[in-house]
Amino acid sequence: MSVDIIFKIAAIGILISVLNHVLNRAGREEISMMVTLAGIVVVLLMVIDMISKLFNNVKSIFQLY
Amino acid sequence: MDVEVFQLVGLGIVAAILALVLKQHKPELSLFIAIAAGVIILLMMTGRLVAVVAVLDDMARRANLDQAHLSVVLKAIGIAYITEFGAQVCKDAGENSIASKIELGGKIIILSLTLPILVGLIEVILQVLT
Repeated sequence: MSVDIIFKIAAIGILISVLNHVLNRAGREEISMMVTLAGIVVVLLMVIDMISKLFNNVKSIFQLY
Repeated sequence: MDVEVFQLVGLGIVAAILALVLKQHKPELSLFIAIAAGVIILLMMTGRLVAVVAVLDDMARRANLDQAHLSVVLKAIGIAYITEFGAQVCKDAGENSIASKIELGGKIIILSLTLPILVGLIEVILQVLT
């Protein structure tokens, strides 16, 4: 299983927090809010994809149909 | 194959540190890292889990145990496995009430799953007694 997903999520998180600081300094709070939401949605899609893979695995292993 | 434990522990520690780094700025993303690490570790273990389940199947067939009983046991284990995963994630997020509801739901599902066997057992006991 690819371990780099964790580093991707961490990179997105750090990027978002830096962008937020910059945007807040520039006085654009609403855009920084949008950036936060966009980042969270991207990470959510990645994590949900992994969770669905895990659930399919467990279904096949434990015959949970 | 046995070297996986080092990979496992290393991954867990790195994920914990990254989650801590992100906790001050973005607490929700640190929860995502915790979930991702948990899922990766569980996915790493599926190979061994399949082997264990195969051995259980083989032993059950050799002891000509009824296949339905073993599948109920496996289902209960699978449900407990996923319920535990979900409940721990909710506890990580600080939502203890949701976690306890998930655990309650899991227990009810397992109870409803094993009810027929329970009823069968009681009937056997009654036959022996009467």
